[in-house]
Amino acid sequence: MIGDPVSRVDGRLKVTGAARYSAEWPIDNLAYGVIVQSTVAKGMITAFDTEHARSSPGVVAVYTADNAPALPDKGRAAMKPPAGRELSLLQDRAVRYNGEPIGLVVAEKFEQATHAASLVRAQYESHTPLIDMQSALPSAYPYKPNINGSFPPATQRGDLAAGLAAADARIDATFTAPIETHNSMEPHNTIAQWDGDQLTLYDSTQFVYGVKRFIAKIFGIPEANVRVISHFTGGAFGSKGAPWSHVVLAAMAARALNRPVKVVLTRKQMFGLVGARPHTVQHLKLGARKDGTLTAMEHRSISSTSSFEEWVEPVTLATRLMYACSNQQTAHELVRLDVGTPTFNRGPGESSGIFALESAMDELAVKLAMDPIELRLRNYAERDPESGLEWSSKSLRQCYSLGAERFGWSRRRAEPRSVRDGDAFVGIGMSSATYPARRAPASALARLMPDGMIVVQAATHELGTGTYTIMTQIAADALGVPIERVRFELGDTRLPENPISAGSLTAQSTGTAVHLAAVALHDKIAAMRGDVTTIVSARDLVTRGGGQPIEARADAKPGDEQKAFSMHSFGAIFAEVRVDASLGTVKLSRMLGAYGVGRILNPKTARSQMIGGMIYGLGMTLTEDTLLDARTGRYLNADLAEYLVPVNADIPEIDVMFMDERDPQTNPLGTKGIGEIGCVGVTAAIANAVYNATGVRVRDLPITLDKILGHTSFAD
Amino acid sequence: MHPFLYTLAADEPTARRIAATDPAAAFIAGGTTLIDLMKLNVEHPAQLVDITRLPLAKVEELPDGGIRVGAMVRNSDLANHMLIQARYPVLSQALLAGASPQLRNMATTGGNILQRTRCWYFRDTATPCNKRDPGSGCSALHGQNRIHAVLGASDHCIATHASDMCVALAALGAIVRIHGPSGDRALPFSIFHLVPGAHPERETALQHGELIVGIDIPRLPFATRSVYLKVRDRRSYAFALASAAVALDIRDGIIRDARVALGGVATKPWRSQAAESALVGKTAGSAAYHAAAMAALEGAVPRARNAFKIELAKRTLMRALARAGALA
Ligand SMILES: Cc1cc2nc3c(=O)[nH]c(=O)nc-3n(C[C@H](O)[C@H](O)[C@H](O)COP(=O)(O)OP(=O)(O)OC[C@H]3O[C@@H](n4cnc5c(N)ncnc54)[C@H](O)[C@@H]3O)c2cc1C
Ligand code: SF4
Repeated sequence: MIGDPVSRVDGRLKVTGAARYSAEWPIDNLAYGVIVQSTVAKGMITAFDTEHARSSPGVVAVYTADNAPALPDKGRAAMKPPAGRELSLLQDRAVRYNGEPIGLVVAEKFEQATHAASLVRAQYESHTPLIDMQSALPSAYPYKPNINGSFPPATQRGDLAAGLAAADARIDATFTAPIETHNSMEPHNTIAQWDGDQLTLYDSTQFVYGVKRFIAKIFGIPEANVRVISHFTGGAFGSKGAPWSHVVLAAMAARALNRPVKVVLTRKQMFGLVGARPHTVQHLKLGARKDGTLTAMEHRSISSTSSFEEWVEPVTLATRLMYACSNQQTAHELVRLDVGTPTFNRGPGESSGIFALESAMDELAVKLAMDPIELRLRNYAERDPESGLEWSSKSLRQCYSLGAERFGWSRRRAEPRSVRDGDAFVGIGMSSATYPARRAPASALARLMPDGMIVVQAATHELGTGTYTIMTQIAADALGVPIERVRFELGDTRLPENPISAGSLTAQSTGTAVHLAAVALHDKIAAMRGDVTTIVSARDLVTRGGGQPIEARADAKPGDEQKAFSMHSFGAIFAEVRVDASLGTVKLSRMLGAYGVGRILNPKTARSQMIGGMIYGLGMTLTEDTLLDARTGRYLNADLAEYLVPVNADIPEIDVMFMDERDPQTNPLGTKGIGEIGCVGVTAAIANAVYNATGVRVRDLPITLDKILGHTSFAD
Repeated sequence: MHPFLYTLAADEPTARRIAATDPAAAFIAGGTTLIDLMKLNVEHPAQLVDITRLPLAKVEELPDGGIRVGAMVRNSDLANHMLIQARYPVLSQALLAGASPQLRNMATTGGNILQRTRCWYFRDTATPCNKRDPGSGCSALHGQNRIHAVLGASDHCIATHASDMCVALAALGAIVRIHGPSGDRALPFSIFHLVPGAHPERETALQHGELIVGIDIPRLPFATRSVYLKVRDRRSYAFALASAAVALDIRDGIIRDARVALGGVATKPWRSQAAESALVGKTAGSAAYHAAAMAALEGAVPRARNAFKIELAKRTLMRALARAGALA
């Protein structure tokens, strides 16, 4: 049960096409909305020409700032960064990035709406935008609010200058990364349907309750009037955490037309309109004594945000706790670009920050002529160096040693260009990884039904991660019934409230509520001296009780343990690359992730999750780059032929090891969350392997062949 | 996408008649280039003439030992054809290096020859582009041009020709067979595609209404020793940053004849006779391959972000030659 490699309970639905994604709900009388986008990055719209669009076949309505229904507070009623964001809701004529929604065309058919949208013309008074990160750097300013609501934007411990002065070896390096666009398989979409003043949204989201609240505020209607349904979400990675403009536009048009409206973004529209990981420029300074002991760490990050909203990539949070170093400073700065607002993207902060930190640690190891793992062990943090708290659990030491053993780390040659295989230099590298073990309040309801089935409900989400499966396992485990007897329901605001499926917190939060609800149902049945283990006895029990389902509810929330312990997952990533000695192409040939991530509920789905994360990290390392034209702010490579995510040919055998961990503090299940740590550390492990192979240190993502080829130290 | 008429042509005369009489008509074969660009509003034919039912899907041996390929032969069928694999491995390899299996199953020989550039600006109607909108300017010249051409470009356009298949066909000296309103023509590959000059909107010698019925690949016995090498940012399903199609005739260690063409770096499939001359008569080996690479890239013009392509193309060519040279 818990701990068994159970295959996905929704697998059959998915492979047969029966799993219903939001855009697939069959709704009568549906009209199709297509967003019209700006063609300048900055300025004001002076005039719209919508005549051709209006008279185009099948068109029902064309909305622009000229005629769109007015929203309370000009559509800003739900602003509450970082989740309640500033959207583009046709409430004014300002243009703030290229491709910003400036209109919505609604037609009988999608194709008709698409064509008519291309006929809408806008005239602009346009200004020169600021797009290029390098040119924008002089305008960087300190980010002031707490990060993610709870972490100070800058920290200082000890005396950095003294630490640097005391060092025998120093690293001072700058690491950069471009905008990375999530590109979930399923595009963002929503169907909005009003029944009088009651709104139902079928939405592709990570947070049904969040959407419900946000939309109620935006329209100034009671929360009770909004229902959000989301049974399957086809990938999200942070980009579906809070609603973007299309959700509100669909609801706005549906209300005005008194007719259900569906809006599905095109792949192109997923660039700019729905967030991305921002540019980062990270300055790293490390100081260490000859024996490897860190005497100083400075980590300053500059990340990009939009001109109209502050969103900060929490780059240095991992640096604060990774190593026992008493002299440290971290800080975050922002630059404002005329682009869409960035947002959380898988391992936000950790994925980008660990790239810089763990690359710099590798550089330090080279400088000290020390084994990179040895250097890390020398600075192993036995407690959280920032808070001073004990770890709730930490098996990073085992991750290093068992991972190294399985990967064959001892065969690594420290000298670059010393291993050759045909045309390629072979190198191996490693990185540490970490991600917080978060938990939020969650509720669940467990019911024994008259047919003997147990239905468990919680308004969480299936993003492709395996939520249906593990929740079914957790409930079945607590009740002592086979998983076929349990049906888990999610993704509906009629079900008990649950947190956002983000920050790797679903298993901890919803999992705990489901566990407690199932335990409560079990106890209730036991008190009735019932037996649920067979269908017949279960049916009997309900019948004896008068035919009503027997139910139990649990409301679970984190307690004081959160303040008493520092809770984090850890891991060690090992990568082997083959870099073509003449062409500079990098091929990842092996990768291993060794993780201490708490209890593993289902090794099969867990492994998939880690592999998926590692591949996500691979894309970030070698290929992904959102290209913008610096003069116009156009998103240039906005499709999957040109925005390069890894394909099978790029992906080698990936090995995953889980340490035997059951965290005694995080929650009753002992989990720590595995959604995001998989993509943390991959970039540095590969970058370090590239260095080990070639002697070329690439500090600018993605690591494309030109950055290696162009390097003077690189010649065949 | 703009509304359009659609006709499924039952025979060649019908197809050609419709195309000849409607200046806004276009043939559609696999549609993998055309539909894509129609969705982007880059192309807006008023009428599509579907030519996939025309009997042009054969691969035949010619009496002189060459091969005739019908315009409708799908890329995947051509790549896997026994005659092609046996006589022109470079062509099979080039086809298989292109696109994805799904696309190759749709894409046709005729359509592949006429595929359009992947320049991002060309594909975005909100930006100036001389090729799409003559006279509007070239956005790539001072913009994002990492993927652009270093050979055959002009200040009016620096877009690459993106085909892999065509690079092999250029090396093999293929002939494009054309039926048109003013008669039938056969054009050597070398003059079929045009460099942009002042008119990047003109990409080929094909006139409106002319139908490509197929290609002839001349007999070239030494093409059994041929190689296609493609270098790209992702290991599959990505366009070439640089590619090379080569064939070597080596006897007694001396290169008697050679074919060299480059892809990913030029505005058209780029046969390099200079590289070929640098090889012929030389001892097969790195010195000759290096000389050929230098000759092939002579006169290459780098732009702000694509200078690396000059070195990359040289190394790609040297590697391809070394591989071909090492073949039995
Ligand atoms: C995502 C993606 C990735 C790709 N990657 C690669 C790659 O890596 N390498 C590569 O080489 N190619 C690549 N391609 C391009 C692909 O090879 C071409 O799109 C394909 O070969 C075109 O053939 P088609 O039959 O589909 O042409 P169509 O789209 O049907 O036609 C293309 C053009 O040719 C005209 N036409 C077609 N047939 C004839 C004829 N017989 N006579 C006269 N005119 C004709 C049409 O009017 C149209 O203008 C890729 C394409 C896509 C969409
Ligand atoms: S390179 Fe050619 S296709 Fe690209 S923008 Fe310039 S003119 Fe257009």
